[in-house]
Amino acid sequence: MTDSLHVTDPTAPALAGDLGEDRPWEDPAPSRGLIEVFRRRYLLKLLVRREISARYSGSFLGLMWSYINPLSQFFIYFAIIGVIFQLHDSIPNFPIHIFSAIIVVHFFTETFNAGTRSIVSNKSIVKKMAVPAEMFPVASMLVSLYHVGPQLVILLVAVLFMGWMPTLSGALAVVLALSIIMTLGTALALFFSAANVLFRDFSSFVNILTNFVRFGVPMIYSYTMVGERFGRFADYFVLNPIADAVMLMQHAFWLGTLTEQERNFDLDGKPVERLPEHLFAFGFAMVGVSLVILLIAQMVFSKLEKQIPERI
Amino acid sequence: MAESIRVENVTKEFTLRYHRTFKQVTVALARRKQLSETFPAIDDVSFTISQGESIGLMGLNGSGKSTLLKMINGVMRPDVGTVRTRGRIAGLIATGTGFHPQLSGKENIMLNAAILGMSEAEIKRKYDAIVDFAEIPTKFLQTEVGHYSSGQSARLGFAVAIHVDSEIFLADEVLAVGDKPFKKKCLERMEEVRDSGRTLFYVSHAGGSVKRMCTRVLILDQGKLIFDGDVKEGIRVLKYDNDSAEDEEHFDEDSELGAEI
Repeated sequence: MTDSLHVTDPTAPALAGDLGEDRPWEDPAPSRGLIEVFRRRYLLKLLVRREISARYSGSFLGLMWSYINPLSQFFIYFAIIGVIFQLHDSIPNFPIHIFSAIIVVHFFTETFNAGTRSIVSNKSIVKKMAVPAEMFPVASMLVSLYHVGPQLVILLVAVLFMGWMPTLSGALAVVLALSIIMTLGTALALFFSAANVLFRDFSSFVNILTNFVRFGVPMIYSYTMVGERFGRFADYFVLNPIADAVMLMQHAFWLGTLTEQERNFDLDGKPVERLPEHLFAFGFAMVGVSLVILLIAQMVFSKLEKQIPERI
Repeated sequence: MAESIRVENVTKEFTLRYHRTFKQVTVALARRKQLSETFPAIDDVSFTISQGESIGLMGLNGSGKSTLLKMINGVMRPDVGTVRTRGRIAGLIATGTGFHPQLSGKENIMLNAAILGMSEAEIKRKYDAIVDFAEIPTKFLQTEVGHYSSGQSARLGFAVAIHVDSEIFLADEVLAVGDKPFKKKCLERMEEVRDSGRTLFYVSHAGGSVKRMCTRVLILDQGKLIFDGDVKEGIRVLKYDNDSAEDEEHFDEDSELGAEI
């Protein structure tokens, strides 16, 4: 679209009686992208608050489902993988290993799933009101982030009982892990929310993708096993940003609950590498990578955005 | 007079998709049938509106009125051409507005007002006035808007929109579902809006209320702007197209409120 219109100089004095002659011409549908979302924080706050209450509207247990869901996953994995497959022994403090991973994975899949559906489920608004469509996936991400809080508290209580002490590097690891998921989750939510308007197939597709996520990260298996089974291919494993976020979380909570012996040696006394050596370097790199992906997602979104109100 | 809205050579095409699923598409491709067809919902429309003018936008159903308003308030973007506006825009696009059916009346008021650009303080200040104007019983404000009657949600939508400080007000068939006392109130309020120097865009099928409200009429026919000018003449142009002179008589005798059918 070319802007061939003359834009009045906003500093020029208004003619007497001609109120508003000095006002600039505006495009009623500007596409400023995510910047606009953060400019209208109050609207974002309302959307987040309302999605928190609306996600479980009409249900009796309401918000509690946000804890029942990850907890049930935790018990399933713990019972099947830990007890039946006997991973209890080879991964010390296996429940903490799983739960710190579940928090990250759940945050990501919730952002991805809810974000993908976000524009379609707000179609009554999108069709009739001029609102930057980026608002909805961003709000979905923030709602999912909101649910991370209490899960972290549960985890914190558990690890404190096991003699865990907070460290500065642990805090940095949590911040890095959450930053990776926030940026990457928003990027994917942005892209797929627009795609889902064009073809509803995408929300089903995303469902399948999130299944892969669960098994592509060291949650029910450990990073050590990846090294043992795949040898040097373990180097590629750390290129998965979600796996890095999971391992950063495990660095922050799980590693601190292990004894010096457990941290460095396996049951047979052989030395092991519990987590990758340059985990933090990868963490920082993945925040960068996620930001690039977010930028690309925004560009694609701006292209698709025009079609949203008419296709929805 | 300063200009308020500028629409230049705007075209907006819609695509009709005949076959949506994989199965339908393959079958259609095999039979060499057309998969989709585009048609111009708005076809090369240009006009300029000065600040303070009140425009009646008329035309048959499907002539592109709501599409045009959606491009003016920024919901849609034109395929070709430019739309430029000056100042804040408020209003209603088609009845019912952008309410979320699962939210309560109160939450919807806040959300709608925020989308229209009101600040938190502004909403707090005007909340009571909005509720008073809508005349929705307090107990309903806590229930989901999905359970409201169409009249009730239209009232609420109008009440929010009319309380936004704006330079441009769009009213798209707002009165179609309101009852008589509410219609009267809305028309009075829109006259206030008009007299305060705001630009008013009024979509209606009722000649009577357009005559009362507007100083200029635009008529769309299949997306083309076929008339731009005097109100009386505009109504005559439109009536010639579908009915006899008898109806015109009827319009003049029309109740002051205008029959919105």
